[in-house]
Amino acid sequence: MTPFLAAVLQLVALIGALALAYRPLGDHMARVYSSDRHLRVERWMYRAIGADPDADMRWPAYLRGVLAFSAAGVLFLYLLQRLQGSLPGSLGFSSIDPDQAFNTAASFVSNTNWQSYSGEQAMGHVVQTAGLAVQNFVSAAVGMAVAMTLVRGFARTRAQGSTGLGGAPHGTGGLGNFWADLVRGVLRILLPISVVGALVLVACGAIQNFAGIHEVGRFTGGSQQWNGGAVASQEVIKELGTNGGGYFNANSSHPFENPNGFSNLFEIFLILLIPFALTRTFGRMVGSVRQGYAVLATMVGIWIGFVLLMWATEFAGHGPAFEAAGGAMEGKETRFGIGASSIFAVSTTLTSTGAVDSFHSSYTGLGGGIAMLGMQLGEIAPGGVGSGLYGMLIMAIIAVFIAGLMVGRTPEYLGKKIGTREIKLAACYLLVTPALVLCFTAAAMSLDTPAHSMTNSGAHGFSEVLYAYTSGANNNGSAFAGLNADTQWFNTTIGLAMLLGRFVPMVFVLALAGSLAQQRPIPATAGTLRTEKPLFTGLLVGVIMIVAGLTYFPALALGPLAEGLAA
Amino acid sequence: MNTSVRSTARLLWAGLRALLVLTLVCGVLYPLAVTGVAQAAFHDKANGSEVQSEGRVVGSRLIGQRYDLPLKKGRQTPAPDLKWFQPRPSDGLGQNSVNTRYKLLVSGATNLSGDSEELLERVTDAKAAVVEDNSTADHEVEPSDVPPDAVTSSASGLDPHISPAYAELQVHRVAERNHLAVERVAELVKRHTDGRVLGFMGEPRVNVLELNIALAELIEKD
Repeated sequence: MTPFLAAVLQLVALIGALALAYRPLGDHMARVYSSDRHLRVERWMYRAIGADPDADMRWPAYLRGVLAFSAAGVLFLYLLQRLQGSLPGSLGFSSIDPDQAFNTAASFVSNTNWQSYSGEQAMGHVVQTAGLAVQNFVSAAVGMAVAMTLVRGFARTRAQGSTGLGGAPHGTGGLGNFWADLVRGVLRILLPISVVGALVLVACGAIQNFAGIHEVGRFTGGSQQWNGGAVASQEVIKELGTNGGGYFNANSSHPFENPNGFSNLFEIFLILLIPFALTRTFGRMVGSVRQGYAVLATMVGIWIGFVLLMWATEFAGHGPAFEAAGGAMEGKETRFGIGASSIFAVSTTLTSTGAVDSFHSSYTGLGGGIAMLGMQLGEIAPGGVGSGLYGMLIMAIIAVFIAGLMVGRTPEYLGKKIGTREIKLAACYLLVTPALVLCFTAAAMSLDTPAHSMTNSGAHGFSEVLYAYTSGANNNGSAFAGLNADTQWFNTTIGLAMLLGRFVPMVFVLALAGSLAQQRPIPATAGTLRTEKPLFTGLLVGVIMIVAGLTYFPALALGPLAEGLAA
Repeated sequence: MNTSVRSTARLLWAGLRALLVLTLVCGVLYPLAVTGVAQAAFHDKANGSEVQSEGRVVGSRLIGQRYDLPLKKGRQTPAPDLKWFQPRPSDGLGQNSVNTRYKLLVSGATNLSGDSEELLERVTDAKAAVVEDNSTADHEVEPSDVPPDAVTSSASGLDPHISPAYAELQVHRVAERNHLAVERVAELVKRHTDGRVLGFMGEPRVNVLELNIALAELIEKD
């Protein structure tokens, strides 16, 4: 079998597995976020939090919950790292410096998992399991919660008569309860899948122990030192929650995180599982699964297209060094090969994951550009858990708006009018990330010292910096790791880009959801754009590509395009 | 003003309590439970898939290692011990720079790009060395025979595998250095070549440590 055929079969198997899980998981999540029943352990937790899980929050209250919880997360994680030197169970590792601790705290709370440290030499058991892995769970649950508010903004007034979280009477503008959404997302969705998934990974060979650093013999005599830890339990939620922060520096290419070809596909499956299934949840909750399918088709179309492009450039392997070697195997593992590594790279950058099983900086020039463009689409195909869905729904709003302009009708989506306020909020959402990426990149390039961090020079050096801010502001976390990002400048500015890129768009999403929830639905007429049809899917793909292209083309031309075309 | 400060503080306090409760669940109970089950059900794998040979641990099935001669005085890097099958280059592997009382290997890649002159030089040098090392009196290796994994560094720097093509390329050299028949070494490589998982996942590969252990046994028997 040729490597290409094997790659195609792996993609087909992946699609099959995702299709099997799509309906059960999507329906389960719809029930979780619509139910008005609380589990006993959840009631106990609400008492500990001191929150009333049945209070229906309007958008400002919901936002305050999100921000307060996340602020507590940043503070806690920062202090945990700063105190590591005196915490027991930390392998005697020293405390993390202030700028790096801020960067890491911002990174894990914002679901980015950008890492300017090397896991195995810097973070002990306590910070890894009780700090970083916890944020992997809760930052993912926050993303899903915010996505659910936007879905409820569309759905409410449709599900009339029901009570509790599922559907408040219309007109009140309630979007649900943040604490309930947070706790349920963790307890009923992320945790059960993680327990099973972690054991699957251990069965493949991922390690799971608290042995710390110990000596292991070597074949030629002498010994080597390993750092053992709770790797499998962190690996699974890092993929499932589209977080991406590796236990080890080499991330999912480290054999202890990703031991073989099956575990590799399984990890890609985990990355894509929830983001795709959320479109089913969305369809269920707005009362038309076909609306969900239209969004799903957009995501799947872009994802498969990117995989094909990546295969084309990586199997071709252009670039002087790769041609001398006979193939683009630099920074790739033998057991995965080029085909599976490419699927991983596309899946991790089209979601907000940022885990890597091969190093993007050593991809071909165009391959690195595809990874970068994947993030620059806004990570919506299928995007991060929750953030992918709300990002895609914002693009859908832009698409119906543009369609409305073409025919001269007031645009509407899912029975809600897209008026001035709604389109303003959607446009603001869209502007935040590109502004952060381009401004910070421009600032870094025009200053003297940041350039010293580059490993490569010329177009690829520029790509390293552009990639770093793209990854940070889009909350991806993968890197053109040639960049030495552990400097005060990069720790601070990427930290800010991550926090602003996560929470400012959330403000607009929640405001938009609040505004939609207050509207009365308008009945569909013959002139209504049918948003569940393939025509709309096509329009949506076009709008996504055009928006990203117009925004980023000049920057991409200086980096990956220049490198790729020169090769 | 006063009430808004107080309500902000109350909200932050609720956020902190939520975080602590979830830390208990996701950061303490969950990893401990998974570790417990993993240690009971998959004890060897959960502890790093260690491999024994002649009664001592010689490494992990999953972690690549070097098979070098002792470091000679005046040289930066040790020369490869050509008696053994050689792994891929691992130029991206680093030593720990913080908490330096440990001698940890820090996994990682070179991150060099395809148009990097440094990488081009490394690849060219590595290829020349592979051709020279593996050409024996009765077997000439052509540069075009050298597979890409033989001259490129992996993503982790700890890749435990090489491609079957690179293993086969080394057969003549290994046979000559150990005074073994070429067929017997070739047979050994064939036996240690793993196909794709379930026939299509990942790529075919040869585990270098397991191959060298088998080679050591073969030498012993002779």
